[in-house]
Formats: sequence, structure tokens, C-alpha cells
Amino acid sequence: MSRARARDVAAAALFAGLLVAVAARAQPPAGIVHQPGGPHQSQRQLGAGLYAANCASCHGVDGIGVPNPRSTGAGNVVGWGPPLQGVGALAPDFYLRTGRMPIEQAGEEPERQRPLFNEREIRALVSYVASFGGGPSIPRPEPARGRLSEGFSLFTERCAGCHQVVGQGGYVPGARVPVLQHASATEIAEAVRIGPFLMPRFSKGDIDERQLDAIVAYVLHSRHPDDAGGFGLGHIGPVPEGIVAWLVSAVLLVGVCVLIGRKPA
Amino acid sequence: MRRLRGAIGFALLTALGFARGSRRRRRPARIVAEKEPAPQAELVVALLLFAAAACAAMFVLAYALDWPHLTQYLGLSLGAALALLAAAAVVAGRYVLPSEEVEQDYPAGRLDEQEKLAQIVAETREGITRRCLLLGAAGAAGAALGAALIVPAASFGPLLDTESFYYSPWRRDRRLVDEHGVPYRAEEIEAESFYTAYPESADREEMAAPVVVVRVDASELDLPPGRETWAPRGIVAYSKVCTHAGCAVALYRKPRFPAAEPSPALVCPCHYSTFDPAKGAAVTFGPAGRPLPQLPLAIDSKGELRAAGNLSGPVGPAFWGVRTRRPSA
Amino acid sequence: MIRRAIRFADERSGAAPFLRKTLRYAFPDHWSFLLGEVALYAFFVLIATGIYLTFFFQPSTDPTVYHGSYSPLDGLEVTKAYASVLRISFDVKAGLLIRQTHHWAADVFVAAIVLHLIRVFFTGAYRRPRELTYTVGVLMLFTALLEGYLGYSLVDDLLSGMGLAIGYAVALSIPFVGANLALLIWGHPFPGDPDFWSRMYIAHVLIFPLLIAGLLGLHLALVASRHHTQFASRPAQSERRVVGLPAVPAQAPRSLGLLLSVAAVLVFLGGLVQINPVWLWGPYHVSQATNGAQPDWYLGWLIGALRLVPSFDLVVGGRTLVPNPFWGGALFPLVVMAALLAWPWLERRLSGDREPHNLLQRPRDAPVRTGIGVGFLSWVVLIFMAGSADRALVFLGIGYMSQIWFYRVAVWVLPVVLGLLAWRLCLGLTAMEAVQAEQERAVRSALPE
Repeated sequence: MSRARARDVAAAALFAGLLVAVAARAQPPAGIVHQPGGPHQSQRQLGAGLYAANCASCHGVDGIGVPNPRSTGAGNVVGWGPPLQGVGALAPDFYLRTGRMPIEQAGEEPERQRPLFNEREIRALVSYVASFGGGPSIPRPEPARGRLSEGFSLFTERCAGCHQVVGQGGYVPGARVPVLQHASATEIAEAVRIGPFLMPRFSKGDIDERQLDAIVAYVLHSRHPDDAGGFGLGHIGPVPEGIVAWLVSAVLLVGVCVLIGRKPA
Repeated sequence: MRRLRGAIGFALLTALGFARGSRRRRRPARIVAEKEPAPQAELVVALLLFAAAACAAMFVLAYALDWPHLTQYLGLSLGAALALLAAAAVVAGRYVLPSEEVEQDYPAGRLDEQEKLAQIVAETREGITRRCLLLGAAGAAGAALGAALIVPAASFGPLLDTESFYYSPWRRDRRLVDEHGVPYRAEEIEAESFYTAYPESADREEMAAPVVVVRVDASELDLPPGRETWAPRGIVAYSKVCTHAGCAVALYRKPRFPAAEPSPALVCPCHYSTFDPAKGAAVTFGPAGRPLPQLPLAIDSKGELRAAGNLSGPVGPAFWGVRTRRPSA
Repeated sequence: MIRRAIRFADERSGAAPFLRKTLRYAFPDHWSFLLGEVALYAFFVLIATGIYLTFFFQPSTDPTVYHGSYSPLDGLEVTKAYASVLRISFDVKAGLLIRQTHHWAADVFVAAIVLHLIRVFFTGAYRRPRELTYTVGVLMLFTALLEGYLGYSLVDDLLSGMGLAIGYAVALSIPFVGANLALLIWGHPFPGDPDFWSRMYIAHVLIFPLLIAGLLGLHLALVASRHHTQFASRPAQSERRVVGLPAVPAQAPRSLGLLLSVAAVLVFLGGLVQINPVWLWGPYHVSQATNGAQPDWYLGWLIGALRLVPSFDLVVGGRTLVPNPFWGGALFPLVVMAALLAWPWLERRLSGDREPHNLLQRPRDAPVRTGIGVGFLSWVVLIFMAGSADRALVFLGIGYMSQIWFYRVAVWVLPVVLGLLAWRLCLGLTAMEAVQAEQERAVRSALPE
């Protein structure tokens, strides 16, 4: 075939391939099983069924954990995960609502995405995992009671090193630290008490309820910080400022030079 | 060129000579090119200028009345005024004022002037007989005077005395306190969190003051030789100032599921130097060239954390003698 | 009446002959010759806004408790310097506008110098007899970098405080004398004596502005005395004759328009686009740091270099001869500056061309220079890009370590590739032009009279 036609075919193939890849990425991880026992079961049965179908391969029966990687016999799914006994309702509520669980492989970073279960399923799973024995309930932070300056102080001291001083996320070797723009007050409080993935865990003895309220208040405030200076550029500092200096002002001023420098009329 | 110069000179003389008294004078040859009148362009320029005036007035109004989002309105109005003035200037230059080109010579080599200069220098020097002696003496005087004038700058800092680099406010038995001055108790140091501690009653803004305290699983501890007693119950303390370039080591990476996730580490957010707290803060990633200095710890009878000596080395970025000694206890 | 004023002034100053020559000075009118002026006008804005700021800023590191109008910081211990900047931002009416305009002007000032330098380099304007002009310009560039660094560090916020610690580490890293040098500047190990802030302040508001202004005056005087270079785009333009717009009445309104445009753009940015919101970063403390801290753009090349150098201190017999930050923080910028300064003489050696030149070359007319220039520029730009690898991770998900390893290889390989490509492109373009010229000649000679 002619060169032009070959190029067109190649472009079409590439485009189709990209479409497929994007579509594949948009799918939930392989193997999410919903309502394995039908729609009219009790919350306990639903929770048990969902857990058995989606979680037990990594977290073990009754949340006992899988300390060493083992083949589950289902494709290339490797079972390996921490125990869930004593995590209460707090942890499963956090991970399921933010879509961080289930993940495909132990050791990959659980990142925020569209929750993979609906509200009823989440509640069922949370109560089922909480039943593994003891553990904290879902926290109810009260950011209105928190003092902003204390929250700023605590956040800068304990959190900003990873999350950036206004919660714009960052890097730690091994992980992409998430941006805090989307978490609800409850999710923030839950994350502080869990220490998900590579984050330290801060218990009540370390950061008490009142301090947690202040931190939550600060994080919520940092979503809409005081932009007295104008358009905030994402609040991450000199990188976008430099981009504006080059792509806005340099372009404009070079444009003015071209305008002025043309031959006289 | 000569003709043009002559014409200009003639025109000037004429203008000056005939300026007083008599109304009747010969028209001098033109210097600036002629321009056809452009009344529409002039109108545009005037409008632009008035618009600029209006914007500048808005600036004053916004300032005086303290409008909300004041900075934005001030910027908009002043910026617009300047932009309109700019437009007026460009339009005036292009359409109202004469546009023309002129030609000039690039400066030619001026060998004659350069020769004359060299001649001045040579003739001045002719009479001097003891050239070398005088030069040497002048050189000595200049150098000495220069040194004398510069020497007071040495008071900027202790130029030769680098003792202060080996100083740290930590001492044996000094308690570790938090930023409110409350002493840390060993039992409050949890394994999955990290803490910043300072020496009691010391200046917190000294680089050697802050340490980061974490609890490591005692079975994982692998400290350098001689530090066997430095980590009671697995609690370790390291200087919080990165040994690469001095930023605070403000990150603690602590895996939820250690079997599958990266090991615990203290990390600096500037260039991501990574230090292993179980191995004496050895560098495992990033550009730092030496481990974080470690503070030996002891737990007193009340269960509070105290320093058991001074840091294992000077804190912060490296310098010539950074590996030669440690702060004295 | 104008005549009377002129006569009055000239009789008392003798300025008329000089002014007559100056007013008719020819400005060759290519648009790229205006880039240096953009930098000049940004400098004017810096001076004007800077003077205003000095009326309010307190250069003191004495601690104080903040009780101003920005409530999230209420009750926190900050330095007086930081508190005064918060006051300027929130309590002085036009304060934030002027502060932001000042900071934008600094960013644009250096950007304009870089663009101007690129133009000067790729057109060969630095050749004899303008080597001195070029040298003064390069010195101004590096002085401007230092001046900007000092300026934003004066505020004592978390971001710039971290940057100052890094500057201290680079000073310390100089072999043999680093510790002494750092003590001389800081007076005491970091964060230093209270005197250090006074030194930074006076350096930023007096010493360096005077230095830049002096160099600038020298630079402009040299340009005027040797006359501006030009492209040979019209028949009258040659090595001996310069053709251009006279200062009055053609160029002056254009330059005025450019000054006002630069001021307008900077004021628009100063009012509409937030820059350096120090109230968000909080005050600096030795024990605190934030992820994603970056210097202002014109120092990004240094943070890239610092991140790329692998982990090692050069230790000889227990003495740390070369601490790690030296390579990226001190040696790298020194090499770049030395290369830029040495280039006019290097090119004379390489090309054997020692003649004076008043005509500019198009980049394609000097393929070797263009190739080397593209290679060198891309080396610096790649190192610069490595400095924001963590932001690329957060926004684009590209692994940090992969980026570092990519850049470690790419900063040596890509400049060679790009330089060679640029060289070939130049040769190709000139060859194409030669062919076209040949065709035109053939057509013309084939046409009947």
C-alpha cells in the first residue's frame, strides 16, 4: 500500500490501541464480585459474602492476615496482606469509601479512586470487618471546635513534610503522597488514626481529639486559602509562578516587542 | 554625509542668528522627516490618554474607598492605565510622529587617538629612572593598604575559629522536651509515629537542637559499633537537620504492612535523602554523604527520656572537619 | 518658548551638542533588539517597587508574636521580618500589589536577560569590538540571580528559609575554606547571627542594586559608543553604515511604549496573579520543612543539579575534601558562568575570526556556534527540568527514581544529539537557500530582456 495509506492505518491502530488501554484502565480491578448471594440477604450475610469474594484472598479468613505471599489459584492473583483483627470500623470505612481498597497487589500504593462498592455494600463490609474483634469506631471530628492557628502549627510540624504545607501532596521514596483536597473531615481523622500505606499512625496519646479537630479544621481551610493576591496557581509555590513568568509575561512582552519592532509605516 | 552635516550646521547657525527680532528668516534645511498630518490617529491617541486617565482615577477611587478584593482592583486599574498609555505611545510613534530612517557611521578605529594616549604615558614615564624600585614599592604599599582596608571584614565572623561547628546544646542527662517544654516519657514514644524533641532550656532555633525520635523494633536494630546502649527499648534519636544541605528531615516513612512495603525511613523533603533509623541513620537513597548524627538516649527513674551524652558528630551539611570529631559531652 | 528653554539649559550645561547627537542616534529596528530593554524596564519597576517596600519592611530576626489580620497565624511566634511582610500584605493598602509586582518583576527581569542573552549569543553580537559589553552583561545576569535569592530570603518564610539553609550548605561545601567562608557570611553556624539579616538586607537594597546599576550604565554606554549591531536586511546596512530609527522622534515613543507595557504586564500580574503567598507557608523554623519546596525559577537549575548528583562526600584521610553539595551547587554554576564569559575568546580561537563585526549573523549562518549553543543550553535546561521531578510525579504519575535515572543519562546524551541536530539543520537551511538563489538566477537569466 502507499506510504500515506500505511501511515493512516498505523495512526488508526495506535488510536484504537490507546482507546482500549484507556478503557481497560477505567475498569475496576479484575475480580470485584458484587452481591454474590443475591439482593435479599441480611447485612451480615452480605458483608460475609463480599468479604469472602473480594478480601479474604489477601486478608485471610476472619481477617487473620496472609503473612507470606501465596498463590490463590485464581489467575495471577497473589494473596498477601495484613491482618484486620482489631481494626474496628474506622479502617475499613476509610479504605472502602476512598476507593483505596481492594487493590490488586500487596505493596502497591492504595490511591484514592471511585469507590468500588456502593453504600449498602460498604456498610455491610465495615460492620463485618469490625466484628473481627474490638477496634475503634468511625470518628466524628468537630472542625468547628478546632483553632486554625493550632491546626496550622500541628500540621506543619507533623504532616507538611509529606503532604506539603497546604496539603498539595508530594513525594516520599516509595510513594506518591496524596493531595488532601478531596478528603472529608471524617476521612482525614481516619487517616491520621490509621497511618495508611507509608504514613505514620498518630494515636490519641500522640494527637488527642482536640488537636485532631484543629488539624482537620486546618486541612479543610487549606482547600480555600486566603488568596488575597489573586489567582492562586495551585498553592505549590515557585514552579507555577515560573511557568506564568515565561508562558504569560514573556510571551506577552515578546509580542509587544514584535509589534513595536516592525518596520515603520 | 558631509553635505548633511553642513546643512545641519548651517541650519543651526541660521536659526540662532536669526532668532531674535526679525520674523523673516531663511527656512533651515530639514533635520526631521516630514509627516503628513494624521488627525484621526491624533484622536485615537487622545482617546487612549483619556481612557488611561479614567483607569488611573479608578485606582485612586478604589484605594480611597477600600473596595473588596482591593489588590485585584488596584492591579487591574493601574495596569490598564499603563497599558493604555503604552498603546497611546506606540500609536503616536507609528502614526502621529514622523517615521523615518537615518544612517550613521559605525565608529572607525581611532589609531591616532590611541597613539597619542600611548605617547602621553610614554613621555610621562621618560624621566623616571628607578622604575622597578618605585613599582615594587608602590605595589607593596597598595597591597598592604588593600589588605588593611579588607581586614576589618574579618569581624563579620570568627574567620579562623571553627569551634562553633562542633558545638551542640545537648549534654549528658539533659531531658528531651517537646516544643512546649514538656518532657517526653519513654512510654509515649509509639512505634508507628515520630516526634521532634529539643534539649531542655536551650535555644530551639540552633541547628544542633532539634532531634527526631522514633521507636524501632529492638530486633531490627543494627547500630554502628559502640552504640549498643544508645537505643533503650529501641527508641532512637537523630539530629533532625539533613547532612546534605541542612533542611529539616521532616518525613517519616512507616509501612502499614512491612512485609510488602518499603522499610521505615527518615526522609528529607529537599532532595529526598533517606536515612534508616534502625541502622544508625545510614543513607539508603538520595544525595546525602553521611548519616544523621545520633543522640544517645537513656531512660531515667521517672521514665523520662534523657540524653546519655552528646551527638555522635557535628550536625548539618558537611565541611572540612565534619568527620574529625564529635561535640563534647 | 522651547527655544528659550533650550538656550537656558545649554548655556548653563553645554549639553546641546551631545543631546543633538543623542536625539538622532540610530536604533536598528529588529524586534529582538528590544529584549534587553525589557530587562532594563523590569529593573526600573524593581527599583520603584523596592523603594516602597523598604519603607515598611523590618530586617530583624527578633522573635515576636503575630497578632495581625491574618487569623490562621494568630498567636504564633514569628520573626519581626516575617511579621512586617504580613503587615505589608494585609494591612498596608497597596502593599500586596507592590510586593507582588516587585516579585513578578524579579522573575521577569531574569527571564528577559536570559532571552536577551540567547539573542546575543545566536546572532554573534558579542564578537569584537563588543566582548566587553557582553562580559558586563553576563556579570549582570549572575548578580541578578544572587540579588533575587537574597530578596526573597529576607522574608524569612518556611520556603525561603529552607532555601537559605541550602545556600549555607553550598558555601560550606567549598573545599578547604567552606566553613570559614560560611562563618564570615553568617557570623555563626546556621541560622547565624542577627547581623546576618542586616547584611542580607543591605546587600539586597543597596550594594547589589548599585552594582547592577553601575554595570548597567557601563553596558549601555558601551552599546551606545560602539553603536548597536544590525542585520544586513537592507542594502544600505553594512559593516560601516548603521541604518535605523532615530531616537527622536521615532524610537523614543516606541521605547516609552515598551516601558509602559512592561510596567503594565507586571502590575497586572501583581494584582491578579498571586506570587509567593508567604502567609500560607508560615514562618521558618530550623526543625520544620515542607514537601515540594522549590526556589524561584531562576535557581531551579541548581536544585536540579543538587538532586542529580549521587550520594558521596569526597573524604581523604578523615578530612572531608569535597562535600556533596559542591558539585551541583557551586561547581556547576561556576562552570556555566566561566563558559559564558570565555565564549567570545573561545570562538575566536576555534574559528580564527579576529575581525571586528558590526553585522549580525542569523543562527543558520554560524552552524557550529548554533550547534554548540543549542547543546549547552539544552544541558542547562535538562538539569533545570530534573529539579521539578517530584512535581512531575504528583501531577503526571511518572516515577521519581525513573526520572532521576533518565535525567542522569539524558543530561549528557541529549545535548550532544540536539547540538548535532541543530548544526545539521543550519547546514540544511543554508543549502536550501543556496539552491533557491541558484534557481532564481537561472530563471532571471532565462527570461527575455
